[in-house]
Amino acid sequence: MSTAPEIRIEDLRRRQPRNSGLISGHRACLGCGEALAARLVTEAAGPDVAITNATGCLEVFSTAWPESAWTRPWIHSLFENSGAIAAGVEAAYKAQGRSTKVLAFGGDGGTFDIGFQALSGMLERGHNVLYVCYDNEAYMNTGIQRSSSTPHAAMTTTSPPGRERMGKRHLKKDIISIVAAHHIPYAATASVAYPADIKNKVRRAMAIDGPTFLQIHAPCPLGWGHEGDQSIEVARLAVLTGLFPVVELERGGIGSVLQLREPLPVNEYLKRQNRFRHLFRNDARATQELEHLQAIANHNIEFYGLRGDRPAAGDACGADTVRRGG
Amino acid sequence: MLQALEGSQALAKAVALCRPQVVAAYPITPQTHIVENIAKLVADGEFRCELVSVESEFSAASVALGAAAAGSRAYTASASQGILLMSEVLFNIAGLRVPMVLTCANRAVSGPLSIWNDQQDSMAVRDSGWIQLYCGDNQEAVDTTIQAYRIAERTEVPVMVCVDGFVLTHTLEPIDMPEQSLVDQYLPPYAFSRALNPAQPISIGTLVSPDFFTEARHSHHAAMIKALAEIESADTDWQEVSGRGWGGLFEVQGPEDADTALLTLGSTAGTLADGLAQIPGGDRVKVIRLRCFRPFPVEALQRACAGLKRIGVIERALSPGQGGIVATELRDALEELDNPPKVHGFAAGLGGRDIPLTIAAEALRRMDSGEATRFAIIDVELDKLPPEDR
Repeated sequence: MSTAPEIRIEDLRRRQPRNSGLISGHRACLGCGEALAARLVTEAAGPDVAITNATGCLEVFSTAWPESAWTRPWIHSLFENSGAIAAGVEAAYKAQGRSTKVLAFGGDGGTFDIGFQALSGMLERGHNVLYVCYDNEAYMNTGIQRSSSTPHAAMTTTSPPGRERMGKRHLKKDIISIVAAHHIPYAATASVAYPADIKNKVRRAMAIDGPTFLQIHAPCPLGWGHEGDQSIEVARLAVLTGLFPVVELERGGIGSVLQLREPLPVNEYLKRQNRFRHLFRNDARATQELEHLQAIANHNIEFYGLRGDRPAAGDACGADTVRRGG
Repeated sequence: MLQALEGSQALAKAVALCRPQVVAAYPITPQTHIVENIAKLVADGEFRCELVSVESEFSAASVALGAAAAGSRAYTASASQGILLMSEVLFNIAGLRVPMVLTCANRAVSGPLSIWNDQQDSMAVRDSGWIQLYCGDNQEAVDTTIQAYRIAERTEVPVMVCVDGFVLTHTLEPIDMPEQSLVDQYLPPYAFSRALNPAQPISIGTLVSPDFFTEARHSHHAAMIKALAEIESADTDWQEVSGRGWGGLFEVQGPEDADTALLTLGSTAGTLADGLAQIPGGDRVKVIRLRCFRPFPVEALQRACAGLKRIGVIERALSPGQGGIVATELRDALEELDNPPKVHGFAAGLGGRDIPLTIAAEALRRMDSGEATRFAIIDVELDKLPPEDR
């Protein structure tokens, strides 16, 4: 009988050092999509970066003084100026003749809403910055209030369903089209369910000298109302139903998209989350809202040409490899 | 060599002499000419910097903060609504202890809308943790801008250089622009101790619990108090190399044994001195021009005001419902003296109302008459108001 210790490839892979920008020890919730996405982005971006971070969960859970989970130079100023702080860091590096890439991080609140102007200014002026929006579709840091990214009909603490309301009354803002309308070289969406796709898109953006934008759909188990171990599955269903199209936009035009062989009905995604629970009551308005959401998904599928024969993109790595970062 | 320059033009040249690597600004009256002149210097290749023409004052301050945190010398300028729009960033810059220089072309704050001069804008951000220096004329504004970088970089506290909008920014004066070599010698290349650098990654602007926040505030306050010495030495050293000094924390004119003084900030000082020269006994009155309002030079003012019987403070701002801002702070500072002088508070010249030469005599008359002058707006014309507002 051999005395050699048992070697399992899986263990070796897990122990393989990764150059993560965000390391363990931070205080994110179990199953936090944002923490996972930030780690994947920094791994793909490499060490020669500086990060600006809007106020939000990511900043709060990663940096309780005197500790920090960041292994990159990192600055948090305010909620609404991540884009402008990044522009300033980039201008300084340019003046100093340095090639360090600047990454700007923000949640959907800091990107779609309060930081929208600073983002637009940064894009318009052509700063060499990769802006990453971690989109968990509400103000999670303050306790799940609606943002302009919150999907139609979703329940939040400021868009509760009741006798007169069926959750959020308005549509999710189409931020990627607005960003693309700045005619920047590269804007893309991605999902934590497809880690290899995130990394590829970060690498693509890193190679571009100019403003680039990545919107990553990142489930919040607490805010969306699902178990922490369901985050990847829920995120995947958002993509597979067409509610969150994974696309690339180059100079404002549609580039490659993640194709769906057989789009799933939106109910498959919605029923997994408490924030849509009120849509599954025996209520004519609920049925109508479900139809609205299906119509939104159908529009996305048609607009971006999501229906296709190619294997569902991203499946090459699969959900089971997410643990080691794809 | 003396050149006839508009205040804003001189300020732009002074900024260029300081060699900031990043300038970010958004135009607002009466600061606009400063930004325009900087843009022209950059366009003509006379000033090499990254000029970021941002989409708001909020982003102007934010871009300057990002640039300074990345280790570059940074500059911005604004006024009035712009100062208020960037105020959240101003507190953040100071709290993060990131050095930079900002010119405030002092202007009234809306509403009602006024584009003209007073000092309500910089006074509104007096608790932001910035050093605030007020300039009496455009030569001083040039020299103070250069001094401001040295002060900011040595103290790691940002400096706001306040110049009266229009009164200074749009006025043509003979200015002695210092030689580049002189400024380079006075202001050596700068390396920020906590710059964002991938080789030595640090986290700036972290979440701080109640366990540490008080200590952060204490160290900021202590740094402001310590800055008093840097502000004085910056002026003394500048005088040594350029031949011009501006009094350090404040400038005093008039007889040492005077029992009466008038105290003001900014360009009003010249008006007061000229006004006093025209009235009998005017030469028996001191004029104190407070140059450094933040940090408030408590001990130096106590020394300068000991022996005075009364001081009239004339300021171009007020705290509605309270009264004179500087007067109140001065009263508090002098309270520790054995026989503290009576401090009379006057607001004047709000929203661009001209401050005439007669204002000194009017202030002294009120101080003599025994009228209650804890606070009064000295040049208000009550007949323009309905009776219930008088």
